Amino acid sequence: MRVIGALLMREVLTRYGRHNIGFLWLFIEPMLFTLGVTALWTFSNVHHGSNIPIVAFAVTGYSSVLLWRNMPGRTVGAVEPNLSLMYHRNVKIIDVFAARLLLEAAGATTSFFVLSILWISIGWMQPPQDILKVLFAWFMLAWFGASLALLLGCLSERSEVVDKIWHPTAYLLFPLSGAAFMVDFLPPVAQKVILILPMVHGVELLREGYFGSFVHAHYDIPYMAAVCFGLTSLALAQERYISKRVTPE
Amino acid sequence: MICIKDIVKKYHTRHGSVTVLDHINLTINKGEKVGILGRNGSGKSTMIRLISGAEQPSSGSIERSISISWPLAFGGAFQGTLTGLDNLRFICRIYGVEFESRIDYVQEFSELGPYLKEPVKTYSSGMRARLAFAISMAVEFDCFLIDEIIAVGDSRFHEKCQYELFEKRKNRTMIIVSHQPDFIRTHCDKAAVLVSGKLYAFDQIDEAMAFYHEHSVSV
Repeated sequence: MRVIGALLMREVLTRYGRHNIGFLWLFIEPMLFTLGVTALWTFSNVHHGSNIPIVAFAVTGYSSVLLWRNMPGRTVGAVEPNLSLMYHRNVKIIDVFAARLLLEAAGATTSFFVLSILWISIGWMQPPQDILKVLFAWFMLAWFGASLALLLGCLSERSEVVDKIWHPTAYLLFPLSGAAFMVDFLPPVAQKVILILPMVHGVELLREGYFGSFVHAHYDIPYMAAVCFGLTSLALAQERYISKRVTPE
Repeated sequence: MICIKDIVKKYHTRHGSVTVLDHINLTINKGEKVGILGRNGSGKSTMIRLISGAEQPSSGSIERSISISWPLAFGGAFQGTLTGLDNLRFICRIYGVEFESRIDYVQEFSELGPYLKEPVKTYSSGMRARLAFAISMAVEFDCFLIDEIIAVGDSRFHEKCQYELFEKRKNRTMIIVSHQPDFIRTHCDKAAVLVSGKLYAFDQIDEAMAFYHEHSVSV
């Protein structure tokens, strides 16, 4: 824990420095993304005439994308620049990953909560119907993001192809992730296909927590948990494999 | 005590697997100063990384009953965008050492003065080496791993380092790897020689020297 804390501080300083607003960028940056997308979706009326409030729809949708998509972005290729730290026996590969994941999750979470509270307080958004459901959905999305990130981070150490493939995949997954639609809008055949993607279940649950019975959500949390569990196990096995073979620089 | 049992280390390369260390055994008792001699590329640095625990052996085990430093290579693994002080803070944190009380020591020993609060990337190589050495001495260990001491900074600073490490800490355990026999002779009371992946240990320095000379010429 101590080591992860030290890496966290180091990461914050390296990424954001001490100039101007420094580490506030950690959540200002995702907030700007979400704000931009909210504005775009509001004007382009992205959700096909459904009567779900657009601001809340955008905030829940885009925030969840940031949560699961940015974590792999930070872990892919994370070992290489930190190889010199491996000279210190206390610093393990898993610590480097954990520090980056915690930071990324903290940024996305703060952005989501701050924006929600802001919009709720000025009346652009209604408070969530079931806050526990929202928190649980957020946790599931974070688990998905973290396990995927850990697996890809480890695999990227073994082959640089992972880095090359992740970028287009992440880009293509965004429109499919359930951020910009509800599964209920889709024809039944498409629903079946789209529900193969684990993060869709998380976004659906998140929206049900926000809008309650106002929306008809489709999700299977045991399925999502099983996928996350599988990813986590694979990731930890990969982590063991590469930590046995890491050579400090 | 440090007990190295039957260590094998292999690396994978483009032309297959290469055995760098081949069934190595060595026991280092507390307070001993052990030199490890070997030519360039003989596996000295690999061995010191394995002893430090930074790298894992392919097979075999290492038992450590005393605290061991990281390999002091006097280069320093610094993040260039961070200040010298940030780097010190990081090292103190990962070793669980209180940080405030070490600042004065590092500032004084490294002779960096106000530069300690500047990013390391603005330092000259001499300044980096001074910072690296000062930080290495800011955390105390029972055993120091010393990888190839090259002269640090000017000769006056070099002497200061020698005094700090070999005089003030002369009751500590030390494992020193080098290809310079004279350096090992000055600081060690036992030595071992690495030749083509095998380690040959000697209780007498002179025997080790003779063996090293014989093999470094013939190979």
